[in-house]
Amino acid sequence: MSFIKKKYRVAILGSGNIGTDLMMKVQKSKNLVCVAFIGRTNNSRGMMRAIESNIKISDKSIQYIIDNPEEIDLVFDATSAKDHEMHSKIFKKLGIVCIDLTPAKIGPMCVPSVNSEECLNEMNINMVSCGGQASIPIAKAIANTHQDIEYIEVVSSIASKSAGPATRRNLDEYIKTTSEGLKYFSGARKTKSILNLNPAIPHINMVTTILAKVKTPNIKKLEKEVAIMVDKVKAYVPGYELIFGPKLENDRIVVMLKVKGLGDFLPKYAGNLDIINSAAIAMAEEYANNKINEK
Amino acid sequence: MRNNKILISDATLRDGNHAISHQMTEKQISSYCSAADRAGVPIVEVGHGNGLGASSLQVGRSLVDDITMLTIARENLKKSRLGVHVIPGFATIENDLKPAIDCGVDVFRIASHCTEADITESHIRFCKMKGKTVFGVLMMSHMAGKEVLSDEASKMQEYGAEAVILMDSSGNYLPNDVKEKISFLEENLNISVGFHAHNNLGMAISNSVAAIEAGATIVDGCSRGFGAGAGNAQLEVLVAVLQRMGYDLGIDLYKMLDASDIAERDLIKILPSISSSSIVSGLSGVFSGYLRPVIRIANDFNIDPRDLFFELGRRKVVAGQEDLIINVASEISKGQ
Repeated sequence: MSFIKKKYRVAILGSGNIGTDLMMKVQKSKNLVCVAFIGRTNNSRGMMRAIESNIKISDKSIQYIIDNPEEIDLVFDATSAKDHEMHSKIFKKLGIVCIDLTPAKIGPMCVPSVNSEECLNEMNINMVSCGGQASIPIAKAIANTHQDIEYIEVVSSIASKSAGPATRRNLDEYIKTTSEGLKYFSGARKTKSILNLNPAIPHINMVTTILAKVKTPNIKKLEKEVAIMVDKVKAYVPGYELIFGPKLENDRIVVMLKVKGLGDFLPKYAGNLDIINSAAIAMAEEYANNKINEK
Repeated sequence: MRNNKILISDATLRDGNHAISHQMTEKQISSYCSAADRAGVPIVEVGHGNGLGASSLQVGRSLVDDITMLTIARENLKKSRLGVHVIPGFATIENDLKPAIDCGVDVFRIASHCTEADITESHIRFCKMKGKTVFGVLMMSHMAGKEVLSDEASKMQEYGAEAVILMDSSGNYLPNDVKEKISFLEENLNISVGFHAHNNLGMAISNSVAAIEAGATIVDGCSRGFGAGAGNAQLEVLVAVLQRMGYDLGIDLYKMLDASDIAERDLIKILPSISSSSIVSGLSGVFSGYLRPVIRIANDFNIDPRDLFFELGRRKVVAGQEDLIINVASEISKGQ
């Protein structure tokens, strides 16, 4: 019997920008420890960073997890939707919890400020999209204060440089995932999402605007609910900031947010990448608390 | 003269939709389409101002949905090809391109902000695979230099675009800018180059002519200039000028003039003019489609729309960022 708090052991699969930023966030966490940083090649920037931090690395991809399941409690999958489809079956068989940062949507969608508790019973959860993480808490605030939501639309503008090649090739996938997430969490009859890439220098911070049509708008009630939600999100994404609204303008509800990143591995302007990673870390910490309390 | 044939693409029923907050009716579409078809206009673009899938609270909701607009246009275009504008980020293959193909659209103009051509790859490849005519469109092209534009246009060429159109979405170009950029693209690409002019600084016709003299073989125009903000190159003027210069457009001038009269009678409530705000919009390099929301919001916040335009220009907003107008207006009004 030991009274030393055991840390929850996480592995990161995918050694690109997202994976590397996750690793740095895990290092700052009180109850998580990164036991493996896994990719396909050993000579990326992320791998160098892992070596410097004395984190075990592997270039064996999913095979590393198959070979070492007993040392891992949870995996962050930051590969691709296609790869995750295959990985998810393996995690399930091995009984390893997975937080999926790809758009694969094998497990239920998770936005920590909205449904973290239900998600803790799941073995595989999906982090929707950056725009989803930014907008769904507000869509939920609208749903909590309004009966009949005719329509919710979310517009996100991000710095061009913060959108990697996979995102750029696949804007359709982002749009689909984000609008499905909005619909699932808000119950709106119709949802839409729009993404703009802005190349301006200095790079713009992520801005997300939620526009909604409801039968009888109650801005007073919504103001309170939005403030509560923003605080909840701020707890795990410090750079999440309400910059306009909620206001009724031109017969639509307008709420606008800015998301500044923490600048761990990714630059501060890449709030879009930071918010999905911070949400994933927040969930891993919840899993960790659950597990540690169980013991 | 390098080429005697110029391809005219008529954006009246698409860009014009900006001028009436996307409230184009079915009757207007059918009456103008048949007039343009009679005149022999080669391509007639139809749709929401920002193209397929763009009906939104952000930019404005269309009165008539995309599919109905395209179906009506299709029924009324016998010889003319039916074209659409497509911005990835608004439109998707599943939601918008597939149904548009089923409606019989012939020409897909796949557009991105001028530095972001790689977001058009899957959409260009998809339309190409379906055997459709595909043009790449670089919007807000005043914001990038000729080398960048040429690199971006080359990507579209590689994806399978048959032409690349530079859009002067803000009406910011002067004829020398047009010549410099178009001739550079013309030298560096193996596909046709086109130009889409806005009239904020009164240059739309001159710029279109400059583009053709520099090697462009496609130009866009709108009847009576009906388009976003100060309007576009006035199509019937462009046709007259180019015919006088000896270009072959395949368009019957009298019937083109009739079509523009029909546009004035049936489509246009207020003829486009270069208002004070439009001049500032052009100078500030902000997308012409921002005119109506900028005026509305400046009025709500009791600020000068010119200040709002210049501040938006300073922030280098791109087409599609209309949500920022209200935020910037609120900041200006607090600072006063």
